[in-house]
Amino acid sequence: MKKPSLFRVERRPTLPGHVVVLVSILAIFAALVAAGIFFQAYGISAVRAYQLIVKGALGSRLGLAETVRRAIPLLLCGVGLTIAFRALFWNIGAEGQLLLGAVAAAGVALFSGLPDVLLLPAMFIAGFLAGALWGLIPAVLKARLGINDVITTLMMNYIALYLVEWLIHGPWRGPTMRGFAYTDKFPSAATLPTISWTRIHWPTLLLGLAVAVLAYVLITRTRAGFEIRVVGENPEAARFAGISAFKTTLFVMIISGGLAGLAGVGEAAGIHRMLLGPTSISMGYGYTAIIVAWLARRNPLAVIVTSLLFGVIMSGGDVIRVSLGLPFQVINLFNGLILFFLIGSELLMHYKISFSFRRR
Amino acid sequence: MGWETWFIVTLSRTLAYGTPLLLATLGEIYTERSGVLNLGVEGMMIMGAYAAFSTAYTTGSPWLGIMVGALVGGAFSLIHAFASITLKANQVVSGLSLTMLGLGLSGVLGRGWEGRPLPVSIPEITVPGLSKIPFLGPMLFEGQNLIAYFSILLVVVMWYILYRTRIGIAVRAVGENPAAADSLGISVNKVRYLCTIVGGILAGLAGGYLSVAYRPAWTEGMTGGMGWIVIALTIFAFWNPAIGMLGAYLFAALYHLSFRLQPWVSPELLKAMPYAFAILVLIAISRGTLQKKMGAPAALTLPYSRSEE
Repeated sequence: MKKPSLFRVERRPTLPGHVVVLVSILAIFAALVAAGIFFQAYGISAVRAYQLIVKGALGSRLGLAETVRRAIPLLLCGVGLTIAFRALFWNIGAEGQLLLGAVAAAGVALFSGLPDVLLLPAMFIAGFLAGALWGLIPAVLKARLGINDVITTLMMNYIALYLVEWLIHGPWRGPTMRGFAYTDKFPSAATLPTISWTRIHWPTLLLGLAVAVLAYVLITRTRAGFEIRVVGENPEAARFAGISAFKTTLFVMIISGGLAGLAGVGEAAGIHRMLLGPTSISMGYGYTAIIVAWLARRNPLAVIVTSLLFGVIMSGGDVIRVSLGLPFQVINLFNGLILFFLIGSELLMHYKISFSFRRR
Repeated sequence: MGWETWFIVTLSRTLAYGTPLLLATLGEIYTERSGVLNLGVEGMMIMGAYAAFSTAYTTGSPWLGIMVGALVGGAFSLIHAFASITLKANQVVSGLSLTMLGLGLSGVLGRGWEGRPLPVSIPEITVPGLSKIPFLGPMLFEGQNLIAYFSILLVVVMWYILYRTRIGIAVRAVGENPAAADSLGISVNKVRYLCTIVGGILAGLAGGYLSVAYRPAWTEGMTGGMGWIVIALTIFAFWNPAIGMLGAYLFAALYHLSFRLQPWVSPELLKAMPYAFAILVLIAISRGTLQKKMGAPAALTLPYSRSEE
């Protein structure tokens, strides 16, 4: 009765870690080769493009610094996403949560009137809370009403984007900025120190590294982490064990949204030192972080490595943009290809695909 | 400007801007009705826009351009179809990568095409006779192009197919209960492939409309997030082509008014409305009988495989 198909897909048991790592590296390599073929076909020397990327993003002190500073928001957002993804909450909204963090930081920096020593801590706390709040809305909607998390988190990104636009064009537009759509510059006590001659705002970097370790401990060593994994892997079993899916969903989104919010504080206080257009604040960190977390196989510690990898792509993309005259969108080409090859590799790893031309 | 002129111009521009929204939404409605969520609309649209513009520019024929745009959109959607239907990959991830890929590919390919004006674009027509009707004439029958009328015709056809024909029953069955559809001898994967391709073709067409008719030029990232409005609209429309038409014009009016009401209402508020509406609709239909009657297709984002396998 069943028609024969060209190939069959069967599920395979879980694979050892080193195979996963090897296959992931091969997938990225394949994606880079595909991008290279595309460049070549388009009349750009692929060898030269990759030489420029490696030299620009890794070969000099400044390039390396740019790579690291790009990796900071990816690290914070990515760690948060691994936790949400563990509970099978599809948080596509890190972009919006990051923007809310930046908004909160700007609000505290410009309007709170707090004493200097308290400014930065207050900005980080406010940024975490704002990002968490933005993440909590879709969490409550999913946990209480069963509303699709992908769609709500996605829509919240755009609401956040227009909120920032409104603030910088309207009530928060800086009187000293000569009509540009920026807020005023933050007072110097509200800006983050950077490693000299670079844009690495090291307090946020340290925070990101600490958070990655803490998140790993949370997931692997604590009861809360165990509950998150059970809710994600087997909701049925979670219900029998008396684990509240509601509480777990809220908990993971407070962390996931909050960490993205911290990334926003870092960008606002460490790089721009004011609030400006949403695409300048973020440049898609929240979306790229989805690939970062996916590639890390939802392991918070592995995010340290994958966020650096995408830091290389972002700063390398900057370099070839300038020297080869390519548009900024070239980064999306890399991201899209890598993501597709990862999906493909995932299937190769977890499924045995057997080709059959025989009629059964 | 008198208020009548103001009103007529606003509605006429709404119709023009609503057309690409409507086309892509009709496609996404079919895709999602069959159980496939394609978040790659933005990517398919921008690929359609680029393909249509470069073809129209080289051949001098905007119509050929827009057809190539539709074809490229359809071809591009095959990537998502293959990943999510055949390989049963996560539809969210696959759709997002399609958007990234489309933006990246069109950005690199379109380098050097920017700032070139298109010599011949799709002409605006004036319907003889009808355009003389007071008020309605200049609003609907003047300064529009054939694609705008085609999209309205498409609403009727696609609504009829979805609710009144066997094909439509098959599409809805596959999205609601693929196992039951399968037992009735409907090929689940075939229907899903076709619906995903329909979504791609219409998204490509919408992109082509933007680059050879609405504003005949190519700019990198010119779809400017329209693909995400389409995702919101599909929900707002309760996955129904007729409501999709109302929604497309409503959202287009909001977009247009965000410029025209600038002195009084903040444009950002109006531009954020479509996204807020989508969330509100999801809340409204999340409970009770409404959920069954108007909610999302039950098997949306779930790949199908026969359990005996």
